[in-house]
Amino acid sequence: MEMDRDTLLKLYKTMITIRNFEERGIPETGQRRMSASVHSSAGQEAVATGVCSQLTDEDYMGSTHRGHGHCIAKGVEPRVMMAELFGRATGSNKGKGGSMHIADMSKGMLGTNGVVGASIPLAVGAALTSKVKKLGRVAVAFFGDGGANQGILHESMNLASIWKLPVVFVCENNGYAMSTPAEYALSTAQVSDRAAGYDMPGLHIDGMDVFAVCDAAGEAVARARAGDGPSLLEFETYRYYGHTVFDDPLTYRSKEEEDHWRARDPIQHFRNTVLPLGDITAEELDQMDQEAVDMMEEAVKFADESPLPEEIELYDDVYVSYPAAELKRGTNMGI
Amino acid sequence: MTTTASLATSGTREIQFREAVNECLRQEMALDDSVIIMGEEIAGGAGREDQGVVDAWGGPFRTTVGLIQEFGRDRVLDTPLSEAAFIGAAIGASSTGLRAVAELMFIDFIGVCMDQLVNNAAKMRYMFGGQVKVPFTMMTRIGAGFGAAAQHSESYYSIFSHFPGLKGVVPSDAYTAKGLLAAAIRDDDPVVFFEHKGLYGEKGPVPEESYVLPIGKARTVRAGTDITLVGISKMTWVCTAAAEELAKSGIDAEVIDLLSVSPIDYDHVIDSVKRTHRLVVVDEDTPICSLAGDICSRVAEEAFDYLDAPPSRVTAPHTPVPYSRVLENNYVPNEARVISTVEKLFNR
Repeated sequence: MEMDRDTLLKLYKTMITIRNFEERGIPETGQRRMSASVHSSAGQEAVATGVCSQLTDEDYMGSTHRGHGHCIAKGVEPRVMMAELFGRATGSNKGKGGSMHIADMSKGMLGTNGVVGASIPLAVGAALTSKVKKLGRVAVAFFGDGGANQGILHESMNLASIWKLPVVFVCENNGYAMSTPAEYALSTAQVSDRAAGYDMPGLHIDGMDVFAVCDAAGEAVARARAGDGPSLLEFETYRYYGHTVFDDPLTYRSKEEEDHWRARDPIQHFRNTVLPLGDITAEELDQMDQEAVDMMEEAVKFADESPLPEEIELYDDVYVSYPAAELKRGTNMGI
Repeated sequence: MTTTASLATSGTREIQFREAVNECLRQEMALDDSVIIMGEEIAGGAGREDQGVVDAWGGPFRTTVGLIQEFGRDRVLDTPLSEAAFIGAAIGASSTGLRAVAELMFIDFIGVCMDQLVNNAAKMRYMFGGQVKVPFTMMTRIGAGFGAAAQHSESYYSIFSHFPGLKGVVPSDAYTAKGLLAAAIRDDDPVVFFEHKGLYGEKGPVPEESYVLPIGKARTVRAGTDITLVGISKMTWVCTAAAEELAKSGIDAEVIDLLSVSPIDYDHVIDSVKRTHRLVVVDEDTPICSLAGDICSRVAEEAFDYLDAPPSRVTAPHTPVPYSRVLENNYVPNEARVISTVEKLFNR
């Protein structure tokens, strides 16, 4: 895929923003004892970045528990995400969702989702909206190698295929579902092999190479937008940390394996590919790295200085309309 | 279109419960282009495109007959047997600008799609800090008494009272079916609409024009002074039949038709019990952690000083629905069980 300078710089910026968000935001969340359920996508930046670079703000995307990268790549502001992780009223979800439910409907971001595979049919439904209302929008359903084994994926791929919906099913195969190796849990050598069962293209692609991701996603998105139906893309990638920040990944994988993947780091790969071309300099990228560090500094400050939700907000937004007294009847809550 | 309904309306005529459901769907789809419907056998024969888009079945109980002819294949979708995917997709569609109605053929099949209802439909608005509305309606069927055995006969409405974020309605006749289905479709929250299989053929007066009944409001179908009987769905008519019988022995029962399982109109029940001083809830669902148990406990908490007898209930037993008719006939609450329960409360 031919890319102009601005496009390249945008890809780089998205990847380092994700990396810096994960490297800074997750420890900061831990220090504030906000949550143990925060999942880092460090190492997987190229997939989120490349796929979402092929989408517009109006296109839809459903994400997973490991979804910070998807959110940033789809245009959600890092500082409102940071505030959400810190449980603040200024968070993307007013402090009601946390890391596993970050959503921004104005960006077509249908939510990270704490139940593995559960966001897949939501993306299919968003694609149905696009088809029925003739909006020309595409929906991406992200899932992992763990989600690949959920029944809901198979029903959803079949449904999207028979209705020719504009969906791109994107598997981020990072090798492990918690600690269970993908090669143990998958009956086929590749998740993409399963596309044949649903009469859609299935591609297996290097997920550490943002350019390869862009190419594959670009084709699948164009196919969907043209009304030719869904595709399944499997990107081989790696998470640098454990399932959450609390588990030690060396209990189920080797240091050698980690080193092998870190040597293929997607951000370094970008630099190695782009810098020799001469159009973009190392100094420019170094400058962008510093800006990403500064952005996270500002995001942490913004989150820290933001108010906590009012206690009474516990009762807000359960329904659009419901008798308010019935939410707490008989509970002796005192608020 | 009116938002209140009166049976005195000139266009009122007698139609069946199933016809009322069908008429409501037609009217709502005609009024609002964003309403779509999907499910298994909604059209049947996948709309038989080769024969010009007509239905083969129009729903397993013929509640959706004619819709595909009128509204086309884009808005009337037969689905494969994939309840998790199509109910999940209907929820996704409803959160992005459509008002999707999805039919779960029998409530007994809820297990395969429960995650989408409980973890997505019910929670998205809350988890996302109010960013989204989910105007989704799930139509489904309840009710024993048809020899359909344990996986096609249950009445699992009470579990939908339990989940914050969901609403549920239980119409008892053609009039309430039409008005509550319209309310469910127009509601901006996810609503489950429970059709009792034993009511489909029942005729009642229904206005021709479109109308909505409020979700969360019970109604009194028989005024009385001595005891309050609360019925849910078809059990309302078991209560009224029992009340007529009880009247012969001098017990004047008030009968309340609950109509909504979330919100529950506790106040309507409590106001009645404060006058009658006695309560029996008649519930076709099983008894433990049930709607009947919940209403009794709420009345005990909030109207204890008004009670002359323990709040009581008549329910199905804590068993699956049996097949053989001799067993099934005992399963469903009937007039005799209601009458004997009431008589005990009067020490007779």
